[in-house]
Amino acid sequence: MSGIVSLAFAPGFFSSAPVRSAVVAGGVVAIVSAVVGVFTVMRGQSFAGHALSDMGTTGGSGAFLVGVSPLWGFVTVSVAAVAAMELIGIRRPRGRDVSTGIVFGAALGLAALFLYWDTTVKNASGAAMTILFGSLFTVSASTVPVVVVLASLSLALVFALFRPLLLSSVSPDLAAARRVPVRLVGIGYLLAMAVAVSLAAYTIGAILSTALLVGPAAAAMRLTKSPWATLVLATLLGTAATLVGIVLAYDSYGWPPAGHGWPVSFFVVTLVFTFYLLAGVPELRRARGDRLPADRRVGERGIARGAGKRGES
Amino acid sequence: MRGSRAATVEDSAAALPAEVLAVDRVSVRIRGRAVLDDVSFTIHESELTGLIGSNGAGKTTLFRVILGLTRPCAGRVSIEGGGLSRTNPLVGYVPQKIGLDADLPLRARDLVGLGLDGHRFGFALPSKARRQLVENALEGVDAGRFADARVGTLSGGEQQRVMIAYALVSRPRLLLLDEPLANLDLRSEQEVVELLSLVAREQRVAVLISAHEMNPLLPVMDRVVYLAGGRAASGTTAEVVRPEVLSHLYGHHVDVLHVHGRIIVVAGPSLGSAEAMRAEEADAAADEDT
Ligand SMILES: Nc1ncnc2c1ncn2[C@@H]1O[C@H](COP(=O)(O)OP(=O)(O)OP(=O)(O)O)[C@@H](O)[C@H]1O
Ligand SMILES: [Mg+2]
Repeated sequence: MSGIVSLAFAPGFFSSAPVRSAVVAGGVVAIVSAVVGVFTVMRGQSFAGHALSDMGTTGGSGAFLVGVSPLWGFVTVSVAAVAAMELIGIRRPRGRDVSTGIVFGAALGLAALFLYWDTTVKNASGAAMTILFGSLFTVSASTVPVVVVLASLSLALVFALFRPLLLSSVSPDLAAARRVPVRLVGIGYLLAMAVAVSLAAYTIGAILSTALLVGPAAAAMRLTKSPWATLVLATLLGTAATLVGIVLAYDSYGWPPAGHGWPVSFFVVTLVFTFYLLAGVPELRRARGDRLPADRRVGERGIARGAGKRGES
Repeated sequence: MRGSRAATVEDSAAALPAEVLAVDRVSVRIRGRAVLDDVSFTIHESELTGLIGSNGAGKTTLFRVILGLTRPCAGRVSIEGGGLSRTNPLVGYVPQKIGLDADLPLRARDLVGLGLDGHRFGFALPSKARRQLVENALEGVDAGRFADARVGTLSGGEQQRVMIAYALVSRPRLLLLDEPLANLDLRSEQEVVELLSLVAREQRVAVLISAHEMNPLLPVMDRVVYLAGGRAASGTTAEVVRPEVLSHLYGHHVDVLHVHGRIIVVAGPSLGSAEAMRAEEADAAADEDT
């Protein structure tokens, strides 16, 4: 038993302070991302999620420049971006895509400038890597409580809005007829998403945060039939991917190239993607099952068996 | 003026079942165009009323007015004698199109549960009473069989039943259904119509069903509200679906033909075009049915 444990967890795993911070912050962020992500997928708002984290990059890199934790930069800018998107989106729904695209391009332009200054003026050569691809192991023990508080706020907002949010995600018409303030609920949800995405951007990286947001939810949705089952399974998958990712990344210090661990985010995102692919297997098998009897019937009637074979492959 | 109207309503209240919805001289303009013009009618408990009008006649708009989602530029709507309240538990509504994806993780019973308390903040703790209410609503429309299927994977007729359960689970006094028969085949059409007629009588709700075709509703319809040219005529089928009344609504002469127990509205000889073509099609369809 202890042999297996020491095989899976490299020495020092349980006593390392950075690992402890990573586990707490990573676990909490995985939970909030998964819960918020279920609604993101239901509402078809993955693009908005991605746009928010990309805009957050500007804040993250700006914060680095001023010497504040990038987390604050991510949160401030993506919450502001929600307000901006709402203001732009009011009058012309069709214009929203274009405006989001343009604002989003300008924000990334600023991010490029800030990252350049981070690396040249501030001599923080790892800034670009940290902002874009995250690094759970550099989460300081002092920011962990901040992560926990922000995650709780985001979760509390989603659960406070739960039923009207679900109803308006299913059908805005049904919700409006029940006098649900559909637009307000939508804005509330975007705020919760902005916070969740910022947390994911801070820990997993701005570019990879969408994977943690949408991946576990999309995988869970393939396997479950009810909203609560989806929420629970998405949370389990997201947390599993993050925690296993942390263990593997810690182990990877002993892998080539020696002395340079592989990035945690790589493991987390790869695991999420694997879950998503595996979640598709039952559906695939069902589809084959639906087809097979028909193929057999063709065979029984004595029509060339080759036709059946071709159908199967 | 108001006094005399109220008096007529009270006089008829003795003979008719209790009035649930009163639409009083409602006019709606959208972008300067009059979509509804001085529309008045009442509908009653335990009765099934058909709201008949062709595409664009203003049926959905009228529903939106009743739900308080569109403000009329004149007139008022009252439900159970009161105005429109902020949240209206008295009204159940099934919209024209819902379009649920097959991969949406939402079982029929989850949707009906949202019909119970989807407008309330927070989340519902599972309880036996809640589960029982949902179960009863599904059984009541004979949808118990697919309670655990994802709503998006159900057929049009099955989805329609689930939607009716959704609308009824909060025990409304008024049930609004926007084109519930669209996309249904003849058999499901008949089943849904019979179900709604049963619901009206057994649960003592007032049911208002919009349709562009009145024939499927003829066997069960207690009253009809006919919309054309933004105006409405209401009463029993025999009172409303007459050449004089409909010609007045349309603003040109129309004939009303009775063929094999079906009613066909045809434009008069002066304007033979579209209406007559449609009548011919309906006629052919009627022949196929019998
Ligand atoms: N939001 C809107 N903007 C512009 N015009 C509108 C709007 N809503 C309704 N209309 C117009 O009002 C008229 C009535 O529309 P409504 O949807 O009420 O018709 P309907 O009777 O429900 O038709 P259908 O049978 O096709 O559903 C139509 O001419 C439509 O173009
Ligand atoms: Mg309509």
